[in-house]
Amino acid sequence: MTVAIEGRDLKRYYQVKGEGFFAKPATLKAVDGASFALESGETLAIVGESGCGKSTLARLATMIEKPTAGNIFISGRDPHANGGAEIPRLRQDIQIIFQNPYGSLNPRKKVGAILEEPVIINLKISAAERRQLAETMLAKVGLRPEHYDRYPHMFSGGQRQRIAIARALMLKPKVLIADEPVSALDISIQAQVLNILMDLQEEMDLALVFISHDLSVVRRIADQIMVMYLGKVVEQGDAKTIFENPCHPYTQALLGATPAVDPRLRRERVKLTGELPSPLNPPSGCAFHNRCRFAQPECSVNTPELQVKFERQVACHFVEVAAEA
Amino acid sequence: MSLLEIRNLSVEFQTVAGNFRAVDGVDMDINETDLLSIVGESGSGKSVSMLALMGLLPWTANVTADKMEFAGLDLLTISSRARRKIIGKDISMIFQEPMSSLNPCFTVGFQIGESLKQHLGLDRKARKKRCIELLDLVGIPAAEERLKAFPHQLSGGMSQRVMIAMAIACNPKLLIADEPSTALDVTIQAQIIDLLVDLQNEKGMALVLITHDMGVVAETAKQVIVMYAGQQVEQQQVDALFATPRHPYTHALLNALPERSLHLDRLPTIEGVVPGAGDRPSGCLFSPRCEFAQDDCNEAVPAMVSTDGRGLRCFHPIENVGREL
Repeated sequence: MTVAIEGRDLKRYYQVKGEGFFAKPATLKAVDGASFALESGETLAIVGESGCGKSTLARLATMIEKPTAGNIFISGRDPHANGGAEIPRLRQDIQIIFQNPYGSLNPRKKVGAILEEPVIINLKISAAERRQLAETMLAKVGLRPEHYDRYPHMFSGGQRQRIAIARALMLKPKVLIADEPVSALDISIQAQVLNILMDLQEEMDLALVFISHDLSVVRRIADQIMVMYLGKVVEQGDAKTIFENPCHPYTQALLGATPAVDPRLRRERVKLTGELPSPLNPPSGCAFHNRCRFAQPECSVNTPELQVKFERQVACHFVEVAAEA
Repeated sequence: MSLLEIRNLSVEFQTVAGNFRAVDGVDMDINETDLLSIVGESGSGKSVSMLALMGLLPWTANVTADKMEFAGLDLLTISSRARRKIIGKDISMIFQEPMSSLNPCFTVGFQIGESLKQHLGLDRKARKKRCIELLDLVGIPAAEERLKAFPHQLSGGMSQRVMIAMAIACNPKLLIADEPSTALDVTIQAQIIDLLVDLQNEKGMALVLITHDMGVVAETAKQVIVMYAGQQVEQQQVDALFATPRHPYTHALLNALPERSLHLDRLPTIEGVVPGAGDRPSGCLFSPRCEFAQDDCNEAVPAMVSTDGRGLRCFHPIENVGREL
């Protein structure tokens, strides 16, 4: 097994204007120290509410943005070393699927042109070979060869997402980032797309980074999980371990809030009071303390570090108390 | 006598390509204090049927029904002046996108006050008092200051709470919530759904919850109507529906949920897509995708057969496939 993608203490800060005309610029810590390592054929799910930094992490992994601190390694190489000389080559190894298939496909291009674009840019092969490649890929995602000459508006949401998957896989990448790939789809279509994604992952030995807020999908697909809250990782480890016994109070609340059809899977609903605080002005100490039911005075002073406890990494001062509950 | 009685409601839209039937023969009975949920995929007509009831469809829609009565008033023949007296007072509705349903140019207090002024004729002082009461009721902290807030200053969850405050301002008899939690994060979704159910119990109103999220249905509703391509296909009590779905569509839809197939390698799917305007089958609308379809399914459309609160539209319902929960 080889490590396909690795992140070491990744950070991404943005300088933003403060509130008011004369206010000092503020720093928004979108991702504040995330580390992970993912082998080929494995799936890492990144979970959290909107604004927790999931998508920023995806932008760092795909080299759309450069981390403020920390390193990313794709197939063992750091793209940002040597002034970014290796970025063009490494881009072929990592591809992304976006959330909304209605926005991510160019409406003025035919499906064939959409699929071939990454090949034209990155590889030197003839038009006939490109077409051959595109048609093979269409077949792999369950579309027909005649779809090659159609425009995106002629397809339903599920079919468009298949086209997006096909485009991402044209270059035979090693890593695929899927940013909420099924959240815009209906249940019956969602199942089809997930099946395709899992089949192709197995066939091409892809490392899959799956970003989602839908825990029932994550439970189905993930090997590893990373739970984020306001830019920080709060719990990370083996998916099964975390789903069976979530230790961080935030993970517990997230699992409890997910409505379950099966009464056996229903957990006691831990009610989270209040809203997600502004990432510009996160609470002191543990960012979660003002919504946490186990919070003690200490939590608002010291920031907990990720520590290995109960066979996973968790950032909480009172994880023993929380794990008991 | 039931609060709302609908018989054979159909909605057709005039389009360039001919008439499109979005809602096809819907029957519904809602009693006071009922909690009814309508589930279905996109395009199943669940929102359109409720908009028809509210009289909110554009002129291109042709609404026909044998009977549409709300609290003794015939909504089919009612004048628009009389309808305006009921809409927003006795029947009110919450929409999916809280951010875009609020008017960005007016303060929250003004927008809630509008219906109080229009329907109850309260003066400025009484309106303010009632607005603060309402915001407290829906769990918005510092209600008095929030009255002066504009929608852009509120988060998604807060905006949805304001929408709910607006909808219950005149103590409606029937509240229709159209995907109230779809645009929100899971922890906020749980808060909003709990709030709606609490308010329903407190105020003794009837609640219609339109959603595509089976988890939300399983955890909140009492009666469930399943819709497919504009038709009702099944109606049952919530527990019975999830334990013993009788229509093949409901059965397939439930199987496609990721959490119900954790033990399987692949997710069960429903092949094909929901029929659109051009490709409506002649017989049962689900027959091309149905695994139990037989010859007679392609010939005639099965009728909705209702007996004591259970309804079914199928020639060959599934018998005794009770699954252990």
